[in-house]
Amino acid sequence: MKISQIKELLDAKVICGEDKLDREVNSAFGSDMMSDVLAYVKDQAILITGLVNAQVIRTAVMMDMGCIVFVRSKMPTDEMIELARENSMILLSTDNIMYNACGKLYAGGLTGAGVTNE
Amino acid sequence: MSDAVRFRYNVDGENFTLAGQASVQVKKNLREIGIPAEIIRRVSIAMYEGEINMVIHAGGGKAEVAVYENKIEIILDDEGPGIANVELAMKEGFSTAPDNIRSLGFGAGMGLPNMKRYTDDMKIETVLGKGTKITMCVNF
Repeated sequence: MKISQIKELLDAKVICGEDKLDREVNSAFGSDMMSDVLAYVKDQAILITGLVNAQVIRTAVMMDMGCIVFVRSKMPTDEMIELARENSMILLSTDNIMYNACGKLYAGGLTGAGVTNE
Repeated sequence: MSDAVRFRYNVDGENFTLAGQASVQVKKNLREIGIPAEIIRRVSIAMYEGEINMVIHAGGGKAEVAVYENKIEIILDDEGPGIANVELAMKEGFSTAPDNIRSLGFGAGMGLPNMKRYTDDMKIETVLGKGTKITMCVNF
């Protein structure tokens, strides 16, 4: 699925990475717990979260996740946006709550990220 | 062993906002010298977990990443309180992180197990009241 489709499905605002919306992603992972993102995500999925701090961006950088969707109308700080730009990342923000955001993307054909179970 | 490329970082323990900065830099540095993406991912995730741990538990510390011909070694050295029970600390879900850390998205008790999972070798040397040194290795 293209990021531009994700933007449409969630009626999301693009915070940065406007020029990268035709990038393709194959899966998603939703969590406010960065520890779990680091422990479970196997794919280069998009990250759906309601947590707002610099570690959200850094966690995504570590995991090679190129797009973050902030739910519940959360907006990243200027520092976070700067960090995301430096790492060529796309940031979106939607008014949807986590449950609805995940539901809409899943119904639209975006599946859950592969997880490591070792 | 002297021909390794070494990167050294200071991990600031005062400010949680900065936690993870060194690992982002490591990732950049390893990319610049042409290390394969999958190796970079494993090294940087393991280092990031360790860096966050150093900030949460030890008031910061020092990190060193040494790139050899066929392996990358990550050394994290702190002068924190030490780990009382390493076996327990290695259990998934066991955490001594304070509650405010959980509200920041960490402290799920996955850090050390995850560091072990992403690396080929991990050694923990810890002395109560003196500090902890963790040496991890990723082969390629």
